[in-house]
Amino acid sequence: MFEYLLNNPFLGALVALVSLALLFGAVLGYAAVQFKVEGDPIVDQIDTLLPQTQCGQCSYPGCRPYAEAIANGDAINKCPPGGQSTINAIADLLDVEAPTLDEEHGEESDVKKVAYIREDECIGCTKCIQACPMDAILGAAKQMHTVIGDECTGCDLCVEPCPVDCIDMIPIETTLGTWKWDKPATSHENILNLIASDRQPVAATQQETSPKEKAQTEDEAA
Amino acid sequence: MTRIWSIPGGVHPEENKSQSLQLPLGEIPLPRELVYPLSQHIGAPANAVVTVGDKVLGGQKIAEAKGMISAPIHASTSGTVVAIEDRVLPHPSGMSGPCIVIEADGEDHHVDYVGDENYLQLDRETLIERIRDAGITGMGGAGFPTAVKLNPRADQPIDTLIINGTECEPYITADDILMQTRADEIIKGTELLAHLLGNPDRVVIGIEDNKPAAIEAVGVAAKDSRVEVVSFPTKYPSGGEKQLIQILTGKEVPSGALPASIGIVLQNVGTTVAAYEAVRYGKPLIERITTVVGEALDTQRNIKVRLGTPIQHVLEHHGCHQNKVARLIMGGPMMGFALQESLVPVVKATNCVLVPSKQELPPAPPAQACIRCGMCAEACPASLLPQQMYWYTLAEDYDKLEAHNISDCIECGACSFVCPSNIPLVQYYRSAKGTMRQMAIDKEKSDRSRQRFEFRQERIAKAEAEKEAKRLARKKAAEEAKKKQEAAKASGETAPAGNTKADIVAAAMARAQAKPVSPEEQKAKLERAVISAQGRLDKLQTRLEEAEGEMKDKLAAQIKQAEVKLTEAQKKLDDFKPDAASNNSAPTADDPVAAAIARAQAKMTMAPDEKLRANIESLNKRLQKAEEKLSAAQAQGADTVTALQAGVDKLKEKIATAERELAELGPVASATAAPAEQDAASAAIERAKAKAAAQANMSPEQKLRDQLGAMGARISKAQDKLQQAQADGADTVDALQMGLDKLQAKQEKMREELRVLNPSAPELNDADNATGSTPTSEEAPQIQDAATAAIEKAKAKAAAQASMSPEEKLRDQIESLEKRLQKAQQRLAKAEAEDDDNIDAFRAGVEKTQAKLEQTRAQLENS
Ligand code: SF4
Ligand code: SF4
Ligand code: SF4
Ligand code: SF4
Repeated sequence: MFEYLLNNPFLGALVALVSLALLFGAVLGYAAVQFKVEGDPIVDQIDTLLPQTQCGQCSYPGCRPYAEAIANGDAINKCPPGGQSTINAIADLLDVEAPTLDEEHGEESDVKKVAYIREDECIGCTKCIQACPMDAILGAAKQMHTVIGDECTGCDLCVEPCPVDCIDMIPIETTLGTWKWDKPATSHENILNLIASDRQPVAATQQETSPKEKAQTEDEAA
Repeated sequence: MTRIWSIPGGVHPEENKSQSLQLPLGEIPLPRELVYPLSQHIGAPANAVVTVGDKVLGGQKIAEAKGMISAPIHASTSGTVVAIEDRVLPHPSGMSGPCIVIEADGEDHHVDYVGDENYLQLDRETLIERIRDAGITGMGGAGFPTAVKLNPRADQPIDTLIINGTECEPYITADDILMQTRADEIIKGTELLAHLLGNPDRVVIGIEDNKPAAIEAVGVAAKDSRVEVVSFPTKYPSGGEKQLIQILTGKEVPSGALPASIGIVLQNVGTTVAAYEAVRYGKPLIERITTVVGEALDTQRNIKVRLGTPIQHVLEHHGCHQNKVARLIMGGPMMGFALQESLVPVVKATNCVLVPSKQELPPAPPAQACIRCGMCAEACPASLLPQQMYWYTLAEDYDKLEAHNISDCIECGACSFVCPSNIPLVQYYRSAKGTMRQMAIDKEKSDRSRQRFEFRQERIAKAEAEKEAKRLARKKAAEEAKKKQEAAKASGETAPAGNTKADIVAAAMARAQAKPVSPEEQKAKLERAVISAQGRLDKLQTRLEEAEGEMKDKLAAQIKQAEVKLTEAQKKLDDFKPDAASNNSAPTADDPVAAAIARAQAKMTMAPDEKLRANIESLNKRLQKAEEKLSAAQAQGADTVTALQAGVDKLKEKIATAERELAELGPVASATAAPAEQDAASAAIERAKAKAAAQANMSPEQKLRDQLGAMGARISKAQDKLQQAQADGADTVDALQMGLDKLQAKQEKMREELRVLNPSAPELNDADNATGSTPTSEEAPQIQDAATAAIEKAKAKAAAQASMSPEEKLRDQIESLEKRLQKAQQRLAKAEAEDDDNIDAFRAGVEKTQAKLEQTRAQLENS
């Protein structure tokens, strides 16, 4: 047999290839069964990238449905709370060009917001509780309601249903714990400053001085 | 000589240490006002324990630690708490935070510090507690609570204690001067810390070789101790925690881990002295040595300064020329940060106040593009790739930054220092680190949000499902009930359809019996409605008479309404009456059975019958229309022809089924109407009726009779027993006799009752007749015998009746009925004479009895 195959190189190659094909087929088939992934992993991955604000501005009833829609080919630039960074991350994941945010669905805002109920005006109608996708509002019928600030995603959905308009969206203030250094002006911008006539007053470009100005304006505002 | 290792990278910036070493350690007068930020250490902010207006002494605790990683704060001089408010903090953000403000009274009274000479005798916990209570935090710059560091986890034995006297950053000489002036205390403090850490194998003080005076002083002090003093070549940043460990031990602290994980604890010399003072003298951390340096100052030196002293006050005592000041920096030129406010206070971690002139520390020249020279990577003491991290920061590629271990960057600034393009690299990393921290927080929050959202969805879905299930259950129950009803109806319908006459009759009977109540009730209801409407109308009219003006109109309108209602009610009642009349009169007027059956049939079968007919009619109509449409479509050749054709076919089918159903119903009607069966049916119905009536009317009587029978049996038993007892001469005779008497009395009472209910009850008559005729025992009273006899006789009679022919039975009944009628008539006459209230009832009774008698007679004739 072996001899025969050796003597017929064409047949020998054929047999070798076929047996290899069968072998790998078996391995792949086994792997497909053994390491089968439940659910749709891409939807999960997209879902983790979305901000989970559950605001519905993307026109889907929550972040996960939008993730599913993206997996099914919808545009990736419909999430204003996530903003450009989310778009970039999804584009990265899906290996596509990152578009800019679709303004139709809203604008990205730098300041995060949190709902606040002016408690003495609340009539306890529980409308806001029903609207809140996060269960972030605490209250009972005819009782004062309040927002659990830590759980509120700032989705805005509770503002509209309130019959007495006592819910405000207030910006979250930076605290010592959440403060972070600003990124310095990029070197590309600074390159312009090499030409003397383009150079801005040095103090203004100094990273150290900008917070001071900020502090001053804050003081004045106060 | 001890072996020294070297670290990668590092730079040699101008040292600038001599300026502040020209003068000895100085002191400045107390400021008027001292400010203590509640958050001047790493960890949770302290909790103020004083209130505005409180008088405090130096060394008094004014804020206590909150939680494990936190430190208390002490007043550094005596005075009054004048405010607890937000003040600008010595923090790169320039933000404000809560501070305790104390106005010094200038007397500088202190609490009595209670020290302990033999502190080494105390147990570890007490010592650590004292250090914690003294509010000691790392004084090298970071401000980590010392007590926490001295309390490593049990599974991490410490084999090396390193005291950091490196002070590698330019300009700063605070530790240098401390080592020169207080070497003894440093050694004692080191021994204390070594004691606290369980006497590690190696205790070493590391000092850069640019501080010969300090090395000498400490070396002398350490001569008789086990503390090693090691000097090594100057290089920035040897003083970094991980870098110094590497220099002195050759070990590298793993990324993301604490030195304790490899058995090493590192403390700053300043911290060591503070810990010693806390334990030995009981003195909390209320002052520190700070370098005040910079060309904008007249005097540059190290000073001992009370914590909380505003930097403004410090500068004032060093001849600060505002116009010369380029920046105000807290810390050194490499790792310090610029202050926006000179009012911020000196805090526990303030090792230097740098006030350079513009020539001394010119603003950084504008950054240029990275030329990829790689010098930054060579300078990095943490062996990172600053250039790559710079690019990834620009691209905001945080995953890549993570992969390049940006968290290991100690922000030493060596890379920025060497960069020929003057790129402020550290600032990029700081910002990237902040963003990544924020992202981690956001991620955690979004995960929580997702969980909450999903949980909510689930909860809502569950509630919905429950509701749905309930709804379904309700629907099912309703359907079942309907089915049952239908089944009942169907049995009512199919029974007449059956061939057996008995079934038909029984069904008709059931219906006939079930029906009669409702018309009466309905009528009563309608009558009530009429009456109430009338009453309302009357009331309104009387009010109308009293009312005037507008009120009148209103009332008039109301009256109109009431009238309308009344007429409606009246009409309904009228409508109902003929109906009821026909219903009621039918049985008497016509052949009762036929009428009843007809009525029942009408009630039960007419409805489906009619329904079907109506159905067929409407179906026919629809069919017609559909056919019209179909022909129109066909004429136009529309493509809906087939659909229309299908519709027509369906309709035809439906009509056929409906007709079939109707046909099925048809025979029933004819069958019931058949006269041939009427006689038999009538007889059966009559019988059933009689029985039902008897049951309804005589039930109490029957009951009594039953009871009477039972009583008779009991009495005879009791008599037997009595006899036996008498024969035996037992002493229970009396008791038995008494029981018998009682039973007999009861029996008598029952008879009485029965008599009231039915005077002609056979039991009574028979009992009377039988009195004395039935002998039993000689001892038993006569009455007893009579009762027993009566019972016996009744039984016999019942047996006889059972065996009697129907004709005889009927005769019997007629007889008894006649008797009853007589008695009833008598009573009626009596009631009439006495004008009794019950006269109606009596009359009704007479009528009923008469009717029955009539019926029975008729039956007799028939049979
Ligand atoms: S509280 Fe209002 S803004 Fe916040 S998550 Fe709920 S609905 Fe959205
Ligand atoms: S909707 Fe407005 S009024 Fe109603 S419970 Fe919420 S906050 Fe109160
Ligand atoms: S030192 Fe500066 S210019 Fe050179 S590679 Fe690093 S970042 Fe680029
Ligand atoms: S700042 Fe960070 S990256 Fe730059 S040299 Fe220091 S440790 Fe390395």
